[in-house]
Parts: sequence; structure tokens; C-alpha cells
Amino acid sequence: MANIQKKNSSLGDFVFLNVTRLFAMLTLLILLGILASLVYGALPSIHKFGMAFLWSSEWNPPMEDFGAKVHIYGTVATSLIALIIAVPVSFGIALFLTELSPLWLRRPLGIAIELLAGIPSIVYGMWGLLVFAPVFGQYIQPFLTATLGRIPLIGALFQGAPIGIGILSAGVILSVMIIPFIASVMRDVFEVTPAILKESAYAVGATTWEVVWNVVLPYTKVGVIGGVMLGLGRALGETMAVTFVIGNSDQLDSASLYSAGNSIASALANEFTEAVSPMHTSALVELGLILFLITFTVLVFSKLLLMQLARGEGQRT
Amino acid sequence: MDLKLRRKLLNYFALAMSMLAVVFGLFWLFWILLNVFHLGVTALGPDLFTKMTPPPGSSGGLLNAIAGSLIQVGLATLIGTPFGVLAGVYLAEYGGHTWLGRTTLFINDILLSAPSIVIGLFVYAVYVAQVGHFSAIAGVYALALLVIPVVIRTTENMLVLVPDSLREAVFALGTPKWKVVTKVTLRASLAGIVTGILLAVARIAGETAPLLFTALSNQFWTLDLNKPMATLPVTIFKFAMSPFADWQRMAWAGVFLITLGVLGLNILARVLFRPKHRN
Repeated sequence: MANIQKKNSSLGDFVFLNVTRLFAMLTLLILLGILASLVYGALPSIHKFGMAFLWSSEWNPPMEDFGAKVHIYGTVATSLIALIIAVPVSFGIALFLTELSPLWLRRPLGIAIELLAGIPSIVYGMWGLLVFAPVFGQYIQPFLTATLGRIPLIGALFQGAPIGIGILSAGVILSVMIIPFIASVMRDVFEVTPAILKESAYAVGATTWEVVWNVVLPYTKVGVIGGVMLGLGRALGETMAVTFVIGNSDQLDSASLYSAGNSIASALANEFTEAVSPMHTSALVELGLILFLITFTVLVFSKLLLMQLARGEGQRT
Repeated sequence: MDLKLRRKLLNYFALAMSMLAVVFGLFWLFWILLNVFHLGVTALGPDLFTKMTPPPGSSGGLLNAIAGSLIQVGLATLIGTPFGVLAGVYLAEYGGHTWLGRTTLFINDILLSAPSIVIGLFVYAVYVAQVGHFSAIAGVYALALLVIPVVIRTTENMLVLVPDSLREAVFALGTPKWKVVTKVTLRASLAGIVTGILLAVARIAGETAPLLFTALSNQFWTLDLNKPMATLPVTIFKFAMSPFADWQRMAWAGVFLITLGVLGLNILARVLFRPKHRN
């Protein structure tokens, strides 16, 4: 009797272990499957255009001549603009949440910022196109042209017709979308700074700012960079919000950030179901492959940095 | 200026900037929400919930899109949740330190932030292109692939928090491991896992990009999973880009419904599961 029971339980354990392990392995297979299917779909385009695909700015479906330069530029430029705005703002928010805010305010404020991440990207997109872009074109862009536009070198970035949509607007909308991701990672890593380190600094008379800048930030810099990378990964792959406001132009005629552009994700969203020729589809899949490889690299980098911080923390305590 | 004053001023300046950053963040939240609620509520009406999406230029409702969203999000959650919970159980209870476990956890975190449009391409390649037509079930697969990493992550996180003494107490009674996991540790972390599922639902409810090449859209009412099916996000995308004022109004109503649903789920998830150490 006891023997049978034991057998039953070991059979149950055997099944349970293997079923759960199977699903864990399937998760790995999903990633490999994504990679394999993208490479397979992109093969015709890779064969035809080779490496030149990466820097050719042709995008001509009727002539079946494709290059990714405009899309890669649009993707990277919008994401960098987003980072330039989002990183200092997120840092400020994290600083406020960890050092300044009264205790009772921390949780509601944290949730409010996280809600920004909860708003679906289609909402950002439609709102960006119909509400934000007109305001941006009427007030902000002329202001930027009159101020930043006068500075030599970077001035050229802020010239042109203030039409509201374009690469700069897409970057601004993206920045709002990634602020919650970066801010919440920064807040979490700031919180792991040992209190004793901060207290020692306060005890020798350091101001709050000096504690954050000279103690907390150096201690957590790996994690902070990891958080920034996470935000970058999100921004690179964001589709709908960018598709609405970037203007979807496959030409790149001026250096101005006011001009319309196109990103990898928005080209996919707009053209994929309408692509008629197999080569057009294949070129779009290759764009997807490039996007996947870029975000994959950025996210791996981010994860490794955050893991390094967590490991260091484990050793110290 | 003496050093003390300079340090003090720098401190005040930095702290003021920090508060400004918070105001900047909240400013966007309120600006967006105010607009969405204002424009959305004025566009609401009984037609919205009783009529189908109209042909260009005429009026109608969003009934088929709302139903399509509910069906696809529901099915995707039903598929993704058991998958995610089982994989999460393996990672937390069995293989957390094995090569497979660590790699899966790592890869899962990458999948969590991977661009959703690429997931759409993947499902298009392995399913839509093979069967030769767009279908609601393809959309369900794409959404399920987005649910899985979220559920794996929260399940693993929550199970690891269950104290080992609890497991040992149950093992000491001679309970086999599968029973320990299903009857004790999973139950102990139920609230956390449900939170994760709610957040996953909130995420896919607003997803548009992976549905564009899978479920596509449909102007008419259908419950056939093998046919293209409308969803709220894709319908909003189509209507918002259109020149018709009536369509744009309906898009605002759709945006309002989605925002309400998604933010409601987000808030519900947070109320349901408050981190204990902060109370």
C-alpha cells in the first residue's frame, strides 16, 4: 500500500517536472522561432541587396529597389530624441520619489507615473496626431526655431516648416512613453543604496543633491544605465505612436528634425499588408529582422547591467 | 560667492528641477487623460454599443470591434496564462539554478520588452502565410505570445517570495513536490499571479501592432475565428487616420473605452496586490 502511494507520487512528480520544463523550453523556442522565421522571410532581400541594404536610401516598391537607411535613421533619431528628454526627467522623478517626497505621497505618485506606461500606444498615437501635433507646430516649433535654431551646428536641426508632425514630434511622444520605464528602474536601484552610505554622507554635511550625485549615483550607475537601455529598447520598437506622428515619408531630404520621416516599425505597420510583390514583403521582413536584432542587443545589454548591480548587492550584504 | 552658499543654492536648484520633472510627468498624464475623457465622453452614445462599424462616410457603432477585442483578448489570456504559470513554476521551483532555467529567465525578460510588431511578423510567417488568410485565431496567437512573458515573470517572482519554511513544513508531512507546488506555494502567491494576469490583459487590450498582420480587421459582425475580425485598437487606427469627422469621433469613443479599461485594470491590479513591506 505504502509502496503504491510512493510510486504514484513519484509519477506525479515526474510528470509535473517535465510538463513545467517543457513550457520553459518552449519559451526559449519562441525566441529562436522568431529569429529563424525573420531570417527565412528576409532571405530573398538579403540575397538581392546584400549589406548595401543597410545604407541605401532607396525605397521604391514599383522598381523593387529597397534600402533601410531612411527607416534606420528614423528609428534611431526618434529614440535618441526620446532619451535626451526622458533621461533627465526620469532622474528627477526618481530623485523626488526616493529622497524628497513625503512617505504618504510616494505610492500614489509612483502609480501615477506608472499609469503613463499603462496608456496604450494607440492612444498616444491618436492623441499625438490630433491634439499634440497642432499645438506643437503652432507654439513649440516656432519657439525652438527662434532659440535653438540660432545656435551654429545644431541650428540646422530646427529649421523648416513647423507642421507639427515629423521626427521631432515622434521623439517627444516617445519620451513621454518611456519616462515611466526609466524612472521606475532608477527609483528601484536608488532604493538599494545602503542607508548607511547615505547617512555617512549626510553626517559629514553633504546636501541632498550631493548625496544623490556623489554617493547614490556612483553606487547605482550600472543599474541606471541598465534602466536607460531598457527605455531605449522600448522606444526603438514602439510602433503605433510613431506611425501616427512621424509623417511616413520614405525620403530624407533635409537634416531638419521637423521633416517627416519613417521608422522601421511604422513602415511595417503601414506597408506590410499592402505589399504586393514578394520582394517588397521580403524587404519589410528584413527591416523587421534589423529592428529585432537592434532591440535584442540593447535589451541584452540592459539586462546584463541590471544583473551586475543585483550581484554586487548580493555580495555586499 | 562663498562655497557654502553655492552648495546650498545648487542643492535648491537641483531639488527644484526634480520637482519640475515630476510636474512634467504628471502634466502629460493629465493632458492626455483630460483630452481622452472630454472627446471620448462627448462621442459616446447608444449607437456605439448596438451598431456595427460603418462603411466610409456614414455613421454606425463599434459593436463588432468591441466584441472582437473581448473575444481575442479573452482567448489569448486563456492560452497564455497556463503556459506562463507552468513555465514560471519550473523556473521558481525546479530549474532556477540550472542552465536551462537561467537562460529561460534571461530570454523571457528580453521577450517582455521585444517589439510587439515583430511578434506580429512572426505569427504572420508561421501561421497566416501557411494557411493563406488572415484570421482572428492568428491574432489570438500573437496576443498570447505577449501574455506569456508577463505571466512567467510574475509567477516566478511571486513563487520565489514564498518562504522556504512553508515548503519544508509541507514536505515534512510526506507530500510529493507537485502537490506542494499546486496546493501550497501557488496558492500562497495567488494574489500576485492574478495581478500579473491582469497586467498582461491590460497590455494586450491596447495592442494594435501585432494584430495588423494577423487578425486584420472586419467591417462586419463575425464570430468565426477563421475569418478576419475587428478589434478596437485596429478600428481606432483605421478611423483616426480617416478624413471623416464621424469616424474620428468614433475613434475617440474607442480610445476612451480602451483607456478606461486598461487604466482600470492597472489600478485594480495595484489595489489587489500591495507590496507588503511598504504598508
